[in-house]
Amino acid sequence: MTESTTMISRFLVFFSACLLALNVAAAEAPDALVKRVSEDVLEIVKQDHGIRNGDIKKITALVDAKVLPHFDFQRMTALAVGRDWRAANAEQKKRLTEEFKALLVRTYANAVTSYSNQKLVVKPLKMKTGETEVLVRSEIQQPGAQPVQLDYWLEQQGDAWKVFDVVVAGISLVTNYREQFAKEVRDNGIDGLIATLAAKNKSLETSAAAKTARK
Amino acid sequence: MRTSLKTNTLRSLLAIGSMALACLGVAAENPHDPYENFNRTMYTVNKTLDTYVTRPLAQAYDASVPLPAKAGAGNFFGNLGEAWVGANSLMQGKPGDAGDSLARMLVNSTVGIFGLFDVASELGIERHNEDLGQTFAVWGAKESNYVFLPLIGPRTVRDTAGWAIEFFTDPLMGIKNNHTRYSAVAVRFVDLRAGLLPADKIVEEAAIDEYAYVRDAYLQRRQNLIYDGRPPRFDD
Repeated sequence: MTESTTMISRFLVFFSACLLALNVAAAEAPDALVKRVSEDVLEIVKQDHGIRNGDIKKITALVDAKVLPHFDFQRMTALAVGRDWRAANAEQKKRLTEEFKALLVRTYANAVTSYSNQKLVVKPLKMKTGETEVLVRSEIQQPGAQPVQLDYWLEQQGDAWKVFDVVVAGISLVTNYREQFAKEVRDNGIDGLIATLAAKNKSLETSAAAKTARK
Repeated sequence: MRTSLKTNTLRSLLAIGSMALACLGVAAENPHDPYENFNRTMYTVNKTLDTYVTRPLAQAYDASVPLPAKAGAGNFFGNLGEAWVGANSLMQGKPGDAGDSLARMLVNSTVGIFGLFDVASELGIERHNEDLGQTFAVWGAKESNYVFLPLIGPRTVRDTAGWAIEFFTDPLMGIKNNHTRYSAVAVRFVDLRAGLLPADKIVEEAAIDEYAYVRDAYLQRRQNLIYDGRPPRFDD
């Protein structure tokens, strides 16, 4: 091997490394991400008989695999709890996030299956350079009725975009809990809120299990 | 006959209003909900009514009427309301949106055969959501207190005022024949409730306190509509 060919091959290696780095930096745009994930989910919902009939275990597994990696649940929980979040200790924050996640996944799954027969259109996002928080808007179009708005707030974290709020028909699935959570904390403290959420999740689980058993 | 119906409705609205005021003075959790005790009672009344009458009716309608007919009914009532939506866009200083509504009404009433088909949406003419309550808000009326009434559902005092005035601009109220008018109002109501059926399970499973969940959802949605889908974010 001559010196010049070594140089060239070295350059090629360096060059492809640069390309790779570039590829990572240009992560998927937030609107493209929302479009890809929702189309994926809706496609599976349409094809899976069990999911369409409300098999909550299957739906939760689907949301777990496809949707959850793109959600920032810590931030979502902080948003829902509001001012009291800062007063919670690390362990309480962890437990709050776990319980709220379970409740939110169920709500989101219910919303997705309720509207699964409709057409979803993700609107293209006009992003300004340097923006780290964006609102991606989409709408569920249904015959004979006004389209239902389904919007996602995303935050840039490193190379990835993470959803921190889901807004259905103008109603944030996250901040809509503020008043209820604040009241619970006022009456029974942060541990009281954790207990209420845990009890709620448990009763939902039991009633879902009873329903499946009846089928 | 029509005027007496209207006066009766106004009279009962006033009566309900004073009943609501009578419940003032109760310590409130939400600053927008000083009549919480009254509202919670009405919420329970409505829930019972809904469980035994309204929801079964809507479910039967949803199950028995084929989708094209349901879509036709929804489009028809939507088209009747289009002129009023446009008028409100105009009053809020959005002539472009008003133009959309006018175009939608013209296209759907003709090509869409009396509004049964929503051809305008297929053509990409946007459908807007406006009403007098939103117009009042744009004019500077502050977010007012929350009121929950059976059958009418969640509203604020400001939106109730808008809604009561809208009663007089409602094209269905212009139907001369009593029987036809009542039937038309009933079908529109059941169609509206049927559209909300998918939301039932979501709310029931999501809410810690269903009354508060519905109240806060209503207030958020109104805020969203007033800002045409982009309200300011309040993150704490």
